[in-house]
Amino acid sequence: MSTQITVADEVPARTRDHYTIVKAKHPGRWVSAVVILAVFAVLLQSVFTNPRFGWGTVAKYLRDVSIINGIGVTLMLTVVCMAIGIVIGVVLAVMRLSLNPVVRTAAFGYVNFFRGTPVLVQLLFWYNLAALYPLISFGIPGVALNANQLITPIFAAILGLGLNQGAYMSEIVRAGILSVDNGQLEAAGALGINRLHTLRRIILPQAMRVIIPPTGNETIGMLKTTALVSVISVPELLYSSQIIYARTFQTIPLLIVASLWYIVVTSVLSVGQYYLERRFAKGGQRNLPLTPLQRITLFFNTHDRLARKGGKL
Amino acid sequence: MTAMATQPLPAPQSATPMVKADGIEKNYGKLQVLNGIDMEVKAGEVVCLIGPSGSGKSTFLRCINHLEGIDGGRMWVDGKVMGYDIKGTRLHEQKDSEVCRNRTGIGMVFQHFNLFPHMSVLENLMEAPRLVLKQKRSVVRERALKLLDAVGLAEKAEAYPRQLSGGQQQRVAIARALCMEPKLMLFDEPTSALDPELVGEVLKVIKDLAQSGMTMVVVTHEMNFARDVADRVVFMADGQIVEQGPARDIITNPQHPRTKAFLASVL
Repeated sequence: MSTQITVADEVPARTRDHYTIVKAKHPGRWVSAVVILAVFAVLLQSVFTNPRFGWGTVAKYLRDVSIINGIGVTLMLTVVCMAIGIVIGVVLAVMRLSLNPVVRTAAFGYVNFFRGTPVLVQLLFWYNLAALYPLISFGIPGVALNANQLITPIFAAILGLGLNQGAYMSEIVRAGILSVDNGQLEAAGALGINRLHTLRRIILPQAMRVIIPPTGNETIGMLKTTALVSVISVPELLYSSQIIYARTFQTIPLLIVASLWYIVVTSVLSVGQYYLERRFAKGGQRNLPLTPLQRITLFFNTHDRLARKGGKL
Repeated sequence: MTAMATQPLPAPQSATPMVKADGIEKNYGKLQVLNGIDMEVKAGEVVCLIGPSGSGKSTFLRCINHLEGIDGGRMWVDGKVMGYDIKGTRLHEQKDSEVCRNRTGIGMVFQHFNLFPHMSVLENLMEAPRLVLKQKRSVVRERALKLLDAVGLAEKAEAYPRQLSGGQQQRVAIARALCMEPKLMLFDEPTSALDPELVGEVLKVIKDLAQSGMTMVVVTHEMNFARDVADRVVFMADGQIVEQGPARDIITNPQHPRTKAFLASVL
């Protein structure tokens, strides 16, 4: 037996058979779906028939002025503290990659300190700073600010959450910078692009692809962490609800109000994160995956009912 | 393809050599990678560095534009010492900004292309001339488009590197280096990462560039290319120059036993 060379032209055209592909049945999928829906129905029934949920009260306070103001404070804290965190994070990340051992160690010390202590303790510390430094001069002669007036609850909250977030962000940014191929540094160097420009124009934009997803995660985490500052009486969403239920004793309905708003805002942030990630994926993949909306449109444009059932085409 | 040389041809018999290496030494820890390399490359000359892997040819190439610092000797490019200021008998390391300024006249092409993946092809070409040479956008853009045309990729200006084949990416990388209007081009195994059928298109671009009069130092494993394009071939082994001479003579009639053994194994 000898192997023969065949050229495409010589291969006879395959005759079409008349078999139909029948998709496998999946009874297990149907059973699990029914079980889940049943459990969900029971839950839903209990939620709407138990009068202690107090849905009437929830509806009444859902758009209460002080609740809406609380959301405003929560959002403001989230944005400001994340902004502070990102700036500190980038600076610390660059410091940790420095060749200077003192600079490197200082950055590591910062991260270790703020990551190593509970943020709740840090908040209380900042809130009570006046007990430690009654007068703050920043080392400038002639300046003596009253710490009690300077460190308002909101200022303590911003300091505590922002500085703490900087420590976490620096690890994220550092991972992003390290993810960029060393060849990029060399190529930029060979073109005569200096270190600062290389960082800004070449390294950071590529690092963003790695930095954005966990940063979105951190932003959502920060939104919820702001609830902690209720202990230093900053009128954010949770504290605003607490003030109301301290007066009306309707604890559960008001906690539901706060929870509903947290879910709404984090959901909006998640959608924002998705589109932000897409934007920075530029050049990372040959073609961007479709958005859920595009996918749904495509599904209904290309699938007729027969094909979806796996029937004969 | 004369469009590739965007500058007039350098004078064939310039007094100062384009590259002058004087006893270059380089160590990685205890391992001596370069063991006193002396070499001159005249303006307009094309030199191919060949040799077994680990012979130090890529390291030497990277010493030319100071991507690697050196541990001994001196390197001149176009009459300027690379990476150091000579003060008496001391070599003071230059600041980043000075190193960068000296590199602007030297183009480099890497084995793995190293295009900037977050920028389009055109942006890849325009980035350094805009940022480093501070040239006007319209001027750079016109030159970049001309260069893309010269490497046969005019229609890919808006594409992103990952949408291109390896051969196309390497041709973009060559155009990117040329967009800085360098006096000297360094190639570090420019075809080693390519699929075999894509090697030809890249070698053709490099060959055209050589014929346009560009001074070039090429580290390569393509012996046929070295024989046909190079003025001179330098064979390195164990961090030293073992044999060098006119390309055709070295490739077809090597003298040193190590050169003979190497060529016998690759040809």
